[in-house]
Amino acid sequence: MFDLDRWREIFQSINKNRLRSVMSGFTVAFAILLFTLLFGIVSGLSNSFNNAFNDDAKNSMKVRVWKTSKPYKGLQTGRRIQLSNEEYNYVKDEYANKIEYQTARIYKNFTIKYKNEVNNYNIRAVNPDHQFLEKTIIDEGRYLNESDLKGKSKVIVIGRLVKKDLFGEKQALGKRVNVNGSSFLIIGVFSDEGGDNEERIAYIPVSTAQMMYGNNDHIGQILLGYNPDLSLNAAIAFGHKMERDLRKKMNIHPDDQSALSVQNMAEANKGVGMFMGALYAIVILVGSGTLIAGIIGISNIMIFVIKERTKEFGIRKALGAKPASIVGMVVQESVLITTIAGYLGLSLGTYILTLIEDSLEADYFIKDPSVSPIIVLGATVVLVASGLIAGYLPAKKAANIKPIVALRAD
Amino acid sequence: MIKIEKLHKSYPIGKEALHVLKGIDLHIKEGEFVSIMGSSGSGKSTLLNIVGLLDEHDKGDYFLNGQLIKNLNEKKAAILRNKFLGFVFQSFNLISYKTALENVALPLYYKGMKRKERLIVAMDYLDKVGLKDWANHLPNELSGGQKQRVAIARALVTKPKVVLADEPTGALDSTTSDAVMDLLKDINNEGMTVFVITHEEEIAAQTSRIVRLKDGVIISDELTKVAKVI
Repeated sequence: MFDLDRWREIFQSINKNRLRSVMSGFTVAFAILLFTLLFGIVSGLSNSFNNAFNDDAKNSMKVRVWKTSKPYKGLQTGRRIQLSNEEYNYVKDEYANKIEYQTARIYKNFTIKYKNEVNNYNIRAVNPDHQFLEKTIIDEGRYLNESDLKGKSKVIVIGRLVKKDLFGEKQALGKRVNVNGSSFLIIGVFSDEGGDNEERIAYIPVSTAQMMYGNNDHIGQILLGYNPDLSLNAAIAFGHKMERDLRKKMNIHPDDQSALSVQNMAEANKGVGMFMGALYAIVILVGSGTLIAGIIGISNIMIFVIKERTKEFGIRKALGAKPASIVGMVVQESVLITTIAGYLGLSLGTYILTLIEDSLEADYFIKDPSVSPIIVLGATVVLVASGLIAGYLPAKKAANIKPIVALRAD
Repeated sequence: MIKIEKLHKSYPIGKEALHVLKGIDLHIKEGEFVSIMGSSGSGKSTLLNIVGLLDEHDKGDYFLNGQLIKNLNEKKAAILRNKFLGFVFQSFNLISYKTALENVALPLYYKGMKRKERLIVAMDYLDKVGLKDWANHLPNELSGGQKQRVAIARALVTKPKVVLADEPTGALDSTTSDAVMDLLKDINNEGMTVFVITHEEEIAAQTSRIVRLKDGVIISDELTKVAKVI
């Protein structure tokens, strides 16, 4: 229903009353601007959180041990707890269907030497699954595999920066390096998104480390990836159960957090999820409050405007205007103003968010703030609806005033 | 053209009702030039508002152009006003942000006429009242007499059956008053029914029939010399 004459009437009315048009538009534009900024900033926070946990797999768990802090079954406080292959295999057998990946980890700090280049590096002795838990990206060659482990091979996978230190731009793959006095074959070079520190390390088979450095079956930590089919709550329950079982098996007090603990990413994820949920709830509350304030603002202005124009409506009715034509004119004008002003606010908000982009990431944890198209669509619907309501109710009332009463108005 | 029988109208004031029109009988034929006279409070404005479909009567019958006016909703009233009636008000009632030409063209917009066409027709009528050169001026750039002439052009532009004028000269000095009355006479001479409300004897004397109203009843209804001359 495009009525050019109607639009002409509306543009004339807006044009002749610029101040009030701008005022009512400003209310809406400002409300939408605030709404957009709020949502954008929270989405930026959410991006930061997601990014912070991106380094490691989202389903990772870690079994850590230290000293007992509680006496148990005649055993003293301060006893040193040591994980070994026994616990590793126990976990592997006991929870097979709840585990996606599993690896042991032993930390060593050794010098690695190639020709004249020597440097100190963190060495991690691990199982092949470690690659997936740490999200290690193989650039050249391959990662450790099961036959390396079985054969206790002296093979090593070095980080991108280790290669850079020792080899510069030259070929490293297939070369031999001296690790703490023993010769290791480089079978792979990797990179990692976790930052420089994660790329200045090297991986060797856990069995090799056990044989060469101590000749025992000790391991430092057990890292797991729980089955991604588990719900967050099931994964958390699994972590608690494993903690209890391991403590029982190793004669540790059931509540001794210091002696043995299971760190579970599921708990952190749940915490972050709840935090973001609460944050979004607050933003929706505040955001819709702002929108409602804007809508009330424009309704107020429309009521005033219509009161001001009551006499004009009376004249129009005396000249033959039907009530519907007056209501239609006012509503159309109101929707036009709210929509245009709303889009100005939305565009300005989006523009400010693009200006911010990643500049607040370091200090305020706001990364790449933006509003989703669904939010934009929703805001548009709210705008048009609010324009409709803000215009319709008072216009309907004004249009039903008897012309004789309307004409008397000043 | 206008036939009124035993017309009553009262306005509620608190619990009481103010009885304004107490049984009016009036018959105005097509082509008449009638004035309603009376002091303020006599009910003459109420009568005009009812005749102009701007207000509703309580009791009695009102026929406009042979059609019984009863239980009109706003929409039907708007259509009838647009079709049969033209209004001239004491305070002109021009829309302030529209030019003289646009004001005159407005009733044609509500009639559904195309823009080009209605601007041509409106310009014709502005020419008739001698304001062609002022077509693109806003009302506040016009004198009182000019404003009333614009209002008359607006009342005529839809070729109504009846022109209703409520104190058309009330806000004008005597010279411009005469010019406006001359204009109304011309309209009447072209065959249009003109219905004027006034409290000035000199104005009423220029019409062909004077109906005097007092306290809601007609006290006299007589033809003037003007009519006898014709």
